[in-house]
Amino acid sequence: MSDQHRREWIYKLYTYGVLAGLFTFLLQVQNQADEYQIRILNVSAIFVTLAVSYNLINGVAGQFSLGPNAFMAVGAYTTALLTISPAEKELSFIIEPIIWPISVLHLPFLPSLLIGGVFAALLGFVMAFPVFRVRGDYLAIVTLGFGEVVRVVANNAQSITNGPLGLKGLPEYTNLWWSCGVAVFTVFCVTRLVKSSFGRAMQAIREDEVAAAAMGINVFRHKMLAFVVHAFFAGLAGGLMAHLITTISPTLFSFFLTFNLLVIIVIGGLGSMTGSIIAAVIITYAGEWLRAVEEPMAIGPVNIPGIPGMRMVVFSIMLILVMIFARQGLMGRREFSWEWFCGFLKIGKRRG
Amino acid sequence: MSFFKAEHLTMKFGGLMAVSDLSLTVKEGDLIGLIGPNGAGKTTVFNMITGRLLPTEGKIYFRGKDITGTQSHLINAAGIARTFQNIRLFNDLTVLENTMVGYHGHLRSSLWEAIFRLPRYKSEEKKMRTMAREILIEVRLDNVADEKAGTLAYGQQRKLEIARALATNPRVLLLDEPVAGMNPRETGDMMDFINSIREAYGLAIILIEHDMRFVMGLCEHLIVLDHGVTIATGIPAEIQNNPQVIEAYLGEPESA
Amino acid sequence: MVYGIIRLINFAHGDILMISTYFAYFGISVYALPWWLSVIMAILLTALLGILIDLGAYRPVRHAPRISALITAIGVSFLLENLGIVVFGGRPRAFYRPDFLNKTYEMLGVHIFSLSIWVPVVTALLLALVFLLLYRTRVGAAMRAVAKDMEMVQLMGIDVNRVISLTFAVGSALAAAGGIMWAMKYPQINPLMGIIPGLKAFVAAVIGGIGNIHGAVLGGLLLGITEILLVAFLPSLAGYRDAFAFILLILILLFKPTGLAGKDTIG
Repeated sequence: MSDQHRREWIYKLYTYGVLAGLFTFLLQVQNQADEYQIRILNVSAIFVTLAVSYNLINGVAGQFSLGPNAFMAVGAYTTALLTISPAEKELSFIIEPIIWPISVLHLPFLPSLLIGGVFAALLGFVMAFPVFRVRGDYLAIVTLGFGEVVRVVANNAQSITNGPLGLKGLPEYTNLWWSCGVAVFTVFCVTRLVKSSFGRAMQAIREDEVAAAAMGINVFRHKMLAFVVHAFFAGLAGGLMAHLITTISPTLFSFFLTFNLLVIIVIGGLGSMTGSIIAAVIITYAGEWLRAVEEPMAIGPVNIPGIPGMRMVVFSIMLILVMIFARQGLMGRREFSWEWFCGFLKIGKRRG
Repeated sequence: MSFFKAEHLTMKFGGLMAVSDLSLTVKEGDLIGLIGPNGAGKTTVFNMITGRLLPTEGKIYFRGKDITGTQSHLINAAGIARTFQNIRLFNDLTVLENTMVGYHGHLRSSLWEAIFRLPRYKSEEKKMRTMAREILIEVRLDNVADEKAGTLAYGQQRKLEIARALATNPRVLLLDEPVAGMNPRETGDMMDFINSIREAYGLAIILIEHDMRFVMGLCEHLIVLDHGVTIATGIPAEIQNNPQVIEAYLGEPESA
Repeated sequence: MVYGIIRLINFAHGDILMISTYFAYFGISVYALPWWLSVIMAILLTALLGILIDLGAYRPVRHAPRISALITAIGVSFLLENLGIVVFGGRPRAFYRPDFLNKTYEMLGVHIFSLSIWVPVVTALLLALVFLLLYRTRVGAAMRAVAKDMEMVQLMGIDVNRVISLTFAVGSALAAAGGIMWAMKYPQINPLMGIIPGLKAFVAAVIGGIGNIHGAVLGGLLLGITEILLVAFLPSLAGYRDAFAFILLILILLFKPTGLAGKDTIG
């Protein structure tokens, strides 16, 4: 076996090692950690899925979309409508009865989740046609618009989504295995895509659309590809989120959600999958930690009243500061690689 | 069936006539120069041929097909590649990646096969990489294969653009000012290089340039444009002595 | 207007509107100033705010890639909204409406609210002032020049930074005027009130063709009128009212990617 070949094999082993480590870690957590910790871990994993897929369209393909909330919503509602029992549906839809055939459909989690992802991907496919007729700022506004339209539709289509009342009583299917499993799967697929010829084509489009077209790349088709893949995984994430918090309503899928995602991929580095993963975890935990700032706390004899909304003020300032001083975020466009890691360690060893 | 033919190409932008009634025939293996003072409309002609602009009038035929107004990526697939006057490389990608992008248009595997590294994709990727490296060796950029394109020296960037265009497997290569800003030695190197790839790849080449020594030394046939109008065509020797051409340039072109 | 000059969609525009109403509110309710004085001060303070935002957040990213500037704008928008929540509290507050606007007139058998007459009148007046500024003053000419070619203009000795600051000031002042009229109409204010008007303003500008003031006016009118028509003639779809702006936008961009009056760009 050649030297290069052997090294690649070793790196693969390292990756499997990490995965095995993750597996045992999750086993431990399931048994020992409290509900709150598990909950944050679940949310982190879901955001990893979201961030990585969002980075594909924004960072890799360079098409700035502000509408990931639309795909999450479609995924969440579709999955939920399929997993809620018909009896529960009848109970929930008090203003207008739910339409057939949704009223009788009842499927287990995995198929529901996948169908949710597929529906989200379909929406992405349809959206691609108007959306990619424009670029840059216009693209941002149009995708933002779609996000709003989906939310408004969810709010008004009483007989399908139950309108502002939303859906409740979702079975609590999402656990660490599901959320981390989907996260790992997403990272796998998206990273493989980015490293492939298709990923190069998308990056070429980001760098210079005109040159990419002149080199034989079907620009529209590749933009749509990135968009649909992003939509699929965002839909999965939506379904997972729905079955974690067991109640969904249109207000959940507002621009606020998009903003959070934006903060994550910007801080992680637009175009870096590694960055998105790291940032997703950090920001989720930071958000929880900052929640403490919003609650009243007592330091000794002094009672500091809670400041609601402070969390978002901090995130907004962070975003602005990153944009002004460290536009590349944590990783820029670099990715983690075992080669780099080993080199990094060995240099340390050599000195010591 | 002719190889490449442009008939009565005209490009009007509102009131401005950028190119007026240009006709041009190219046979396989030809080396044609498109010259003229700045703003004469030369790059506009390239843009029309490669589908970036829709001609106001006129038609373009390539190997029997009408390619007027076809989308750029399809024209490239048909066999026409180009470089850009202002160098449009994929700056954040490496030299090797830039070249490999040229092959993507010919990829047969699907996204599914790429993600799961199925056998057909793996062999295609390997072939792409090998062919890209071969081209880089020919243009002598293989030593910087893993550098980001944006960090290369100017002359290297120009060569990379050509390498990338070659990777798309063209029959016709359009070079837009390939030696702009180069010193005489680099220009000489480029001349040799263009001759060698022309033979090695069996290409027809149309080039736009201002460097007269380069143009006269390389091209077999010249077309002179001034304000969008074709004022002369012919072999270099004729063009050099054409009074209209001399007047358009306001001075004598340097003799070879 | 701001977009035309610095090519930045000021996401925070709607929120600047919101802040202006709070300025006026504090003037009227807390400091017990006469309403017209509060309004004037609010407009001036808002103009100042606009300049500050440009200085602090947008100028540092002016030469950065467009996406960075857009993200910064989104950040500023969220910052203003949440600062509003933190400082003013999330609950809506009632806004003052001066008496003369409360009257109702009867004309041709239709009841017309006094406010409904004054708003279009004031709007038309302000628009006229803007056009005057842009097309009849030296400053306005400078603004239009910067919009066309920022670098060239610098070579001609015009202080681009000042022109841009001024544009922000004018843009913000206009937003303030609009905001206060809005506040008088509804008549309440809350920290998130700027979001929907802000978005609709972009949509109107994009529909009309961004960078093009005539287009923006056209877009605004078109959007406003069709929205009202939708609600009037299809009451069952009233809930979709807010989405309507976007649907209109998507449809128009489908057929005319540069907006109704926009300029065509190549490649």
